[in-house]
Amino acid sequence: MSDTTAEAGRRPRPALAHHFDDLAQQKDAATLGMWVFLATEVLFFGGLFAAYSVYRGWYPEAFGAASHSLDITLGAVNTAVLITSSLTMALAVHAAETGERRLLVLFLVATMALGAVFLGIKAVEYAAKFAEHHVPGPSFHFEEEALSRNAQIFFSLYFVMTGLHALHMVIGLGIMTWMLVWAWNGTITKEYASPIEISGLYWHFVDIVWIFLFPLLYLIGRHA
Amino acid sequence: MSHIVPKSVYYLIFAALMAGTAVTVAMAFVDLGAFNAVVALTIAVVKATLVVLFFMHVRYSSRLTWAVVFGSVFWLGILLALTFSDYLTRSWRTFG
Repeated sequence: MSDTTAEAGRRPRPALAHHFDDLAQQKDAATLGMWVFLATEVLFFGGLFAAYSVYRGWYPEAFGAASHSLDITLGAVNTAVLITSSLTMALAVHAAETGERRLLVLFLVATMALGAVFLGIKAVEYAAKFAEHHVPGPSFHFEEEALSRNAQIFFSLYFVMTGLHALHMVIGLGIMTWMLVWAWNGTITKEYASPIEISGLYWHFVDIVWIFLFPLLYLIGRHA
Repeated sequence: MSHIVPKSVYYLIFAALMAGTAVTVAMAFVDLGAFNAVVALTIAVVKATLVVLFFMHVRYSSRLTWAVVFGSVFWLGILLALTFSDYLTRSWRTFG
């Protein structure tokens, strides 16, 4: 490795940065750094889940009724879409690690396409909520007048939580576009696959947030 | 150096996640009283654990990464436990 260092130094993106001993250490450091960031994300969304749980505990009827107005089919389809995008992301990491560049590009594009489908379905759901006057604010209207005030709390949490999740998806699509360029121009190699790996960590984390949002927002209280 | 996870593992986890989604939707239509929330959250925790261990490779990661992942869940536990110890016990205040 040391005999190619001089040449590697002139390349725009040498696989091994000079402050690491070897590629394994570099990869461990990148993974660890990403997980430290994800720990802050866990607590960021955790606060919202705590707020949701407290209000749900206080106003179970209003939350049940408001939850009923969400489209369970679209929610379930979106869950499947996101899980499938996590599979294509995992396969993209596999393709990067085995140095299969065409497969990597293919799986990154598939991941982005599925992410776009998720956001499209979310947009359809949001449009329906606007049409039903279920968006908190002056024109808010809920079918059961007595529950209106507390249903508005449910929809506030619904829009903040799914909105922040969707924002994370949009950022994820940006990261994937960046990775697509790096996969395309050959920056990503078998030796230097960690950018794909840690972008994948971010993508899977956003999937996990949805794994909790779906039952909490769409399913609990459905039977009632 | 790095452990490459075989594709078959990814397909297996994907199938488990899809099955979990189907079960959680089906269970939502069965009236279990307070246990509906317990069932839904248990399935969600299992799904999240599968994603973390296999899709996110934590099963094959360094001990230090393990510590950070465990730490994030532990701190989330502190956040939720202290929040609920306040809000969920307010109605108990019946002294005097």
